[in-house]
Amino acid sequence: MKRDDVEDVEIRLLLEGVQQIYGYDFRDYADASIKRRLNHWLAESEFDTFSQAQSQLLRDRGVFESLLRGITVNVTEMFRDPAFFRAVREQVVPFLKTYPFVKIWHAGCATGEEAYSMAILLNEEGMSGRYRMYATDINEAVLQKAADGVMPIAEMQRSTRNYQKGGGTASFADYYTARYDRAILSSALKKDIVFAPHNLAVDGEFGEMNLVLCRNVMIYFKPALKERCLRLFDSSLLPGGFLCLGLKETLERRKIGERYEEVAANLRIYRKRYA
Amino acid sequence: MRRKFEAVAIGVSTGGVHALQTLLGRLPADFPLPILIVQHMRADAGSGLAQLLDECCALCVKEADEQDEILPGKAYLAPPNYHLLVEREGFLSLSADPHVSFARPSVDVLFESAAEVFGPQLIGIVLTGANFDGSLGLKAIKQKGGIAIVQDPEDAEARQMPQAAIAATEVDHILALNGIAALLQKLAPRRAAMARGTRETG
Repeated sequence: MKRDDVEDVEIRLLLEGVQQIYGYDFRDYADASIKRRLNHWLAESEFDTFSQAQSQLLRDRGVFESLLRGITVNVTEMFRDPAFFRAVREQVVPFLKTYPFVKIWHAGCATGEEAYSMAILLNEEGMSGRYRMYATDINEAVLQKAADGVMPIAEMQRSTRNYQKGGGTASFADYYTARYDRAILSSALKKDIVFAPHNLAVDGEFGEMNLVLCRNVMIYFKPALKERCLRLFDSSLLPGGFLCLGLKETLERRKIGERYEEVAANLRIYRKRYA
Repeated sequence: MRRKFEAVAIGVSTGGVHALQTLLGRLPADFPLPILIVQHMRADAGSGLAQLLDECCALCVKEADEQDEILPGKAYLAPPNYHLLVEREGFLSLSADPHVSFARPSVDVLFESAAEVFGPQLIGIVLTGANFDGSLGLKAIKQKGGIAIVQDPEDAEARQMPQAAIAATEVDHILALNGIAALLQKLAPRRAAMARGTRETG
């Protein structure tokens, strides 16, 4: 057996052990990406092989949490894909405004960049106080960061550019306070967001949502887990509700696809049909 | 013994549009291997390049979607702002993970994951570019027994990327674009065998 095949076996055993001890199931994650992330974690750790790491990993929750951080952090940026946010503003918000109160589920929010982008957009459209956004992630360490709403100041230049391209109507600098190398986001953006842990592989749906946002999260999953997520989103959404996916994720060839119509071509904004 | 190749992976940066037009343009519509391509581009580049290549080449070229099945005779271009990876089950996956070798999509990411899956049945090609992406990936392809081809730096619009690849690993062929196109047709499994659907090696 070649050395690399040994590593594949080690990874399988490791994920199996993690599932049994900690209840986090990564066996339905697409192999290529998780392998890259695991190898990255291993290279930064004190261990030489996954077998060597395994013993401590299964006994020491601290080691497990560093692994969890390593393999579940999804990197994003504020107003990633500005055209998408422009389309939400122009083609989705007008419908949301017709409701007295709107519920939003943002699944896989990571460090909160897109949650805050959405809050900025909704507040500018006059919806402050008229919505609640449930921003969830599997990784509680990143959720804490998201709730803190503190970003590296170096990111703000790109964020500002994205914000303007995405149809922002105010001055982006009004949304944060600069402190040394960090940008502290305004509390007005936080008040309508609830950050909560949620594991798409095992947990249930959120009821009666008007909008579900889950971008570039399912690309890391194997087909069966993708289907599970889409079923969850579908059962969470009210008729007439909106489903927003990443630019390379589509409902084509998906079971739930027939119940949805495309709102913005190529921007992956879908709307659930009424019955 | 004739090796049965299963896929071609191409990495290219500066000068890539012209190089890809030339290389892919010389391959026939029934070229029997799938071709996976990373061309460096801006995050907001849009999907125009796949369309352009599709229109000017006999081959079918498309921008890769997640979970695309890897089919012979099709070329898949990594979308802007995503890494392109190969899954064992024979389909493509995408990732929005951080830049690798300062790039997303990164040639190294594609090459390393393709090497994992195709091993000695992979042909890796580094073309023109003004950076170092692809050299670690080409090394990985060689380590798994695949074949490494690099565009002759003299023939390349930007020579750094080919030179870095040549410095990083033992390259099997250093050729101009025309030579690479001819070699690919020589290395690819004979079409008659493909048409009969036979999977024998030898």
